[in-house]
Amino acid sequence: MTAQGAILRYGVHVPKLRLPRAAIDAAMAWANPPARKVSPGARAICNWDEDALTMAVEAARSCVAAPARGAAREAAALPHSIFFCSTSAPFADRDEAILLTSALDLPESIETLNLGGSLRAGTSALISALRHAHTAPSLVVASDARLTRVGSPQELTYGDAAAAMMLGPSGPAALATILATRTVGSDFVDHYRMNGADFDYALEERWVRDESLLQIVPKTVAELLSAAGCSGADIRHFAVPAGAAAAQRIARACGVEAAQRDERVLTECGDAGAALPLLMLSGALEAAAPGELILAVGIGQGIDALLLRAEAGVREGPRALSEALARRREESSYVRYLSHRGLLNVDFGMRAERDQRTAHTVAFRKRGALNGFQGGRCTRCGTVQFPPSRVCVNPACRATDTQAPYRLADSAGRVKSFTEDWQAYAARPPYLYGNVEFAEGGNLLMEITDTESGEIKINDAVRFVFRIKDDDRARGFRRYFWKATKA
Amino acid sequence: MASGIKNKVVIAGMGCSKFGERWSCGPDDLMVEAFDEAIGDAGIERDRIEAAWLGVFFDEQSTGKSSLPLSMALRLPNVPTTRVENLCATGTEALRGAVYAVAAGACDIALAMGVEKLKDTGFGGLPERTKGTFEDLYLPSSTAPGAFAQLASAYADRHGYSMAELKRAMAHISCKSHENATRNPKAHLRNRITPQQVLDAPAVSYPLGVLDCCGVSDGAACAIVTTPAVARSLGKRDVVAVQALQLAPSNGVEMGHQSWDGTHTLTTPLAAQRAYAEAGIGNPREQIDLIEVHDCFSITELVLMEDLGFSDIGRAPHDVLDGRYDRDGAIPCQIDGGLKCFGHPIGATGLRMAYEIYLQLLGRAGDRQLRSGAGRGPAIGLTHNLGGIPNRNIASVSILGLLSA
Repeated sequence: MTAQGAILRYGVHVPKLRLPRAAIDAAMAWANPPARKVSPGARAICNWDEDALTMAVEAARSCVAAPARGAAREAAALPHSIFFCSTSAPFADRDEAILLTSALDLPESIETLNLGGSLRAGTSALISALRHAHTAPSLVVASDARLTRVGSPQELTYGDAAAAMMLGPSGPAALATILATRTVGSDFVDHYRMNGADFDYALEERWVRDESLLQIVPKTVAELLSAAGCSGADIRHFAVPAGAAAAQRIARACGVEAAQRDERVLTECGDAGAALPLLMLSGALEAAAPGELILAVGIGQGIDALLLRAEAGVREGPRALSEALARRREESSYVRYLSHRGLLNVDFGMRAERDQRTAHTVAFRKRGALNGFQGGRCTRCGTVQFPPSRVCVNPACRATDTQAPYRLADSAGRVKSFTEDWQAYAARPPYLYGNVEFAEGGNLLMEITDTESGEIKINDAVRFVFRIKDDDRARGFRRYFWKATKA
Repeated sequence: MASGIKNKVVIAGMGCSKFGERWSCGPDDLMVEAFDEAIGDAGIERDRIEAAWLGVFFDEQSTGKSSLPLSMALRLPNVPTTRVENLCATGTEALRGAVYAVAAGACDIALAMGVEKLKDTGFGGLPERTKGTFEDLYLPSSTAPGAFAQLASAYADRHGYSMAELKRAMAHISCKSHENATRNPKAHLRNRITPQQVLDAPAVSYPLGVLDCCGVSDGAACAIVTTPAVARSLGKRDVVAVQALQLAPSNGVEMGHQSWDGTHTLTTPLAAQRAYAEAGIGNPREQIDLIEVHDCFSITELVLMEDLGFSDIGRAPHDVLDGRYDRDGAIPCQIDGGLKCFGHPIGATGLRMAYEIYLQLLGRAGDRQLRSGAGRGPAIGLTHNLGGIPNRNIASVSILGLLSA
């Protein structure tokens, strides 16, 4: 396949919470002692208000940075299509890519595709997006937060994270040109999860390694490199979604053992499913110098293999993976992690029984405010306010029907007042909220997330993140809204 | 310019149930208890009541909607009844309805009843409720203590107090109200507490501890109002007249505009200025003898001393610690224990405050009766309600005065 496009931008989100694997060992080694030794590193875990969708929004934000205030977004910078790729999407039937589009404040005319069903979803979307890349950019977002059974091997190895990549025509600002791709499918059931099931069922790793990884990967890579007219020795970076020992053997089998491999993702975050190949590729993009070749693969009932060449853009490129991995807070409690993931039914008292039924009529007509965090800016007096309203809140103005949509998601905020509420129901007490003032003016009483007791002070700077607001357990529905977090 | 309602309406009788965890009583029992006292005090027959107002907030937890629970509990003679609800200012709204009806000449005798049965929820604190179909989709699921606690964090920062200093003044407020309530047999909480106990109490919502919070109580309070002429015909000499009833609701500024700094209530000064004007009070610090304010939390009472004009801005902690609002201070506040200790059955609270002022002005407050230096009793009292939270609320200020025959 000839060159068709390039990675223009990418973003990574790794949840701030990290559960040390030693903490899992300490809690669960009794259940399977002979197989366990002290496990290094930590796994990234969603906070109670994060899931595959919220992580996807956060990862994608840096790919579609808002235009300067007052400036129109360049049509050419807009993605033609958005792919949301996940095997752990919260909804089985709801176009989450549309919700993603809405949260990113992008036009509803963008084509959306929701892909799941395979850990290759992310790489398959990249290959699919390439078809349009020479005419219009496409945004591929891969995100996974897979549940793991208590005491299982996956509990130690999986992690939650998301990565997003904007594909478009190659050019001087591109990060990497995709030179060639190759895909081969194979109904090799190394693990699976039926619809509606909570957990993966995984087969023996040695069988998977010997019969799948060491067969199909080298074969496909050889075909890819041959078609591209290069050899394994030319590859400087190998982004392979496999643990260090397996990756080493695969690299040798592919003839790319001299290539650099980023082992941080699996050690510090864990296997993030459909997002893992894109996270690995992000690591390669950070490390690569212009002109260097990158080999990236996605594996799941077959293989997607991509050959890329780093371009001049990587010199000034983001260090999104390093930054995401560096932003961390150790989760001290394995039990709290279980509760956040719904794996432990904690009694939070009668206040947790509150009915969270959604008036979907309201949610629909207010979707700009709720999904896109659009406030209103009075065209007469300039006052910014949330939510947008018919009559301007400025007591000196009060003009009617003068407000234009004004997105607040990317604004800077300041804590005007706050509390740590131990009485309210909170999945991670205390419930932290306060009055937040936006840099442009306007005030909103908001939840403050990813912040522990004692960390917030008056005048602290905050930024805004898209998170789970609450779950309607009676009807099985999840609501989202924006929250403040320490900048 | 309207003439206002000063001295157009007087109180013929009042009643108040015992407040507290009234496990054996429903809202009907509480209303009958308050009404029996009020009708006996007024010295009239039930059928002379020409119109009635019912104030109840959490109707879904107790009475159900409409004014029927009042009409039916008291077996009123099918007179017009109206149910009002304005958050924690609900009781004062019931009084305002009855007083306005009499002032308008629509009737001669009207009843105001406030009731709340909170202790049928099965858990401590206030019941959970929806904030509205849209609001539930973006506002935090905050609690009352959490909403008010933010006053403290903002106030301390704005006025340069350490939280320890501010909490010392807040503790004084709670201790003062507990001390006052020991003299009040109808109060919910009648124990003395120490500042150290307040500071050591379990956290509810930073920086509020459980002893910074008012009681969650069941109770009812009731007023029968009439014209001065009818009162005289009933043989009453000294009567308590309504001098002002003012209300100031938020219009969204605190919620959405940056001009509010979060350290106080924007509405209370507005309601207070209107009430002082209506009552003809030029110097409230000198002219008002006692006050009952909406001390849902210790910090609320503290900032209200400034919002009502009794303390200079930023100085309330000093005035509180100096004892200015104690029983023997210049302006006794919460002489009956306040929301803190008399209790806070929401719909009844505004009328409970009026009940205390009424008793004090008539010299009928028993062990807790205030005397001035010359032995003269108080002549003018103020009540203040705050319905809602600092971010959006309804402030009501009422002034009651002694009208001698």
